[in-house]
Amino acid sequence: MSATRQLSPVAKLEQKTVVDLIGKGKRVDDRGPGDYRPTTITLGVVEKANGSAQVYLGKTKVLAGVKIQPGTPFPDTPDEGILTVNAEFVPLASPTFEAGPPDENSIELARVVDRGIRESKAIDLKQLCIEPGKKVFMIFVDVYVLDHDGNLIDAAAMAALGALVNAKMHAFKVEKGEPVYLEEIIPIPMQNYPVSITSVKVDGATVLDPCLEEEQVMSCRLTVTTGKDDNICAMQKGGLGFLSPDEIKQIVSTSISKARDLRAKMLSNVK
Amino acid sequence: MDGRRIDELRPIKIEVGTLDKADGSAYVEHGRNKILAAVYGPREAHPKHIALADRAVIRCRYHMAPFSTDERKSPAPSRRELELSKVIREALEPAVMSEYFPRSTIDIFIEVLQADAGTRCAGITAAALALADAGIPMRELVAGCAAGKVDGKVVLDLSDIEDKQGEADLPVALMPKSNVVSLLQMDGSLTEEEFKQALDMSIDACRRIHEMQREALRHRYHVVKDEADKEEEATEVNA
Amino acid sequence: MHAEQKQLVTPGDLLGEGPYFAGENTYRDGTKIYAARIGLADIVGNKLIVVPIKGAYIPRIDDIVLGRITDIGMSGWQVDICAPYPAMLPVSETPMQRGRDIGRRDLSHIYGVGDLTLAQVIAFDRTRDPLLTTKGRGLGKITSGRVARITPAKIPRIIGKKGSMITMLKKETNTDIVPGQNGVILATGKNPDQERIAVEALYMIEREAHSSGLTDRVRAFILNEMKGKEVGQQTSSLT
Repeated sequence: MSATRQLSPVAKLEQKTVVDLIGKGKRVDDRGPGDYRPTTITLGVVEKANGSAQVYLGKTKVLAGVKIQPGTPFPDTPDEGILTVNAEFVPLASPTFEAGPPDENSIELARVVDRGIRESKAIDLKQLCIEPGKKVFMIFVDVYVLDHDGNLIDAAAMAALGALVNAKMHAFKVEKGEPVYLEEIIPIPMQNYPVSITSVKVDGATVLDPCLEEEQVMSCRLTVTTGKDDNICAMQKGGLGFLSPDEIKQIVSTSISKARDLRAKMLSNVK
Repeated sequence: MDGRRIDELRPIKIEVGTLDKADGSAYVEHGRNKILAAVYGPREAHPKHIALADRAVIRCRYHMAPFSTDERKSPAPSRRELELSKVIREALEPAVMSEYFPRSTIDIFIEVLQADAGTRCAGITAAALALADAGIPMRELVAGCAAGKVDGKVVLDLSDIEDKQGEADLPVALMPKSNVVSLLQMDGSLTEEEFKQALDMSIDACRRIHEMQREALRHRYHVVKDEADKEEEATEVNA
Repeated sequence: MHAEQKQLVTPGDLLGEGPYFAGENTYRDGTKIYAARIGLADIVGNKLIVVPIKGAYIPRIDDIVLGRITDIGMSGWQVDICAPYPAMLPVSETPMQRGRDIGRRDLSHIYGVGDLTLAQVIAFDRTRDPLLTTKGRGLGKITSGRVARITPAKIPRIIGKKGSMITMLKKETNTDIVPGQNGVILATGKNPDQERIAVEALYMIEREAHSSGLTDRVRAFILNEMKGKEVGQQTSSLT
């Protein structure tokens, strides 16, 4: 059951400051409407995981870990590996996060990040088959939010992608339906690099990469995820506000070119 | 097993104040353990009925990330995590001067990002720093370290392999100024003599870790001898 | 005295022994006095104290605070003053109504949820939530300006010795700055740029509160920003 959000913990006057600034083309932290906050991506921070990445997007901090384990395939895709994306909004990340099972926000985030990876076919799941119908590799992507200062979706998507790119597994051959691990270390078979771009609408103006204060005053948000060929593979609107068809097309166009920029920066740092 | 002496600690790295939103936070790397602790509070009690009339309610949550262990761990809290949440709270609570804040809560969150044995001790070390970083009044800090028995010898600070293959594990937390133990657990098999050795070893290690805690706090709040007063007077004269 | 004046101390550090009193943020154990919080050790008369660096806001009577209305009740409003306790502003403590029978709809015309108010604490103790009044000069609903939120322990630094820091801030940014004891500060200027510079200066002071030469550095920062903005203002007024 989904319920209306609690009231914003920000005074109306403070909300007005944010809205007024955006109306003038400025923002609380002095960025331009299309600017992302300073971003750092560090790979391999958790050695026990097959892969991991830590993203600092402004003050937002998200950690993602990848674990690869053998399991049973789904009956309708017997020769494909399984991808599972999970997100934890742990209480230490924000005074508003409570301990307990995932709430609708963390589930929405996990599913949006999942769609980006799955629909862009970022992972060649067929290469993760051990024995069709019996055994495949399962890829668990666990996104851990550590510090919430807005735009968790983009930070999570970046971290998930970084963790996948960073992930290593043993090469394997199949003997009697079981994987036999070889010495050689190989990466996960990646063939696409989805990047998500989130915009929020504030009183008629649109800004990218909302910080927490901007999320608290937004009327709605739109996340657009694109792959390396500029194909859109996932979209999600959030919030109670509305978008006109023209606004949507404008946002999509901006998001595609911004994703291109971010992807180039990310991949150049990784290599 | 990893080339250390019997009483040698694994490498430890401590950072205080790593998170922005939490009132206090600390990050500890102890061997291959990577532990993040954060504190919120004192803050309003939610739900109201849990509040105590004469002091703050301390709540503690020890939780492991799914990717922190060799096999992926389900994110849902396990019985082990619930037990550890309790013993960790009981190790920290005596040090907190909770009578300063009646009818409020102080929440402690410990997240294990990577686990390699000794997580509850490293978690206590981190959580005590997070409490201090939040400016919460405490009698003193609390430091944790485990000892155990591997290959018939009493050793300090077991790593994961040593813990799995060893004969005993003894996690300890110490309040160093008062010289009292606030966490003590044991599983395995130890003679009385071996226990005494292990206890002394871990207490000594807790003291060493306590010095590192103090150093980390000082580093975070690096202070230059305050000359602001002198220049304030100068400003007044000119103004 | 064991600790030096203005020395950074951590919980459990020994401050002194013997003929001293245990002042704020310290505690006595036998003949010894220890620090209870991270802060700077100091001595006032023969009282050993610790000036805290961080910590929650605990209301004191007569404090001026900036709060946010969170709920409208039968006879007043609930106010969030960033303390572990929600505050209450009764209608009888506002300058407006005298003896009239006020309905809830009328209450929301005075203050709605989300409004900001500058109020004074008139009652608070361990058994009940803080009580506020807006009967006083300058108190009441705030409808313009920009808000900065810093840790309450740094408010004295914002004000400075004999008000020197805040006087400099007001003069150089041309804004009126009202610091709430609860760490919430209101900056009201003639234009949003000046308000923004004032707010950034406040956060700068919070970050560097214990370093030397701060007043000069903040003044230099403000003058630099103001210069840049003057140019900007002229350009925009032409378009």
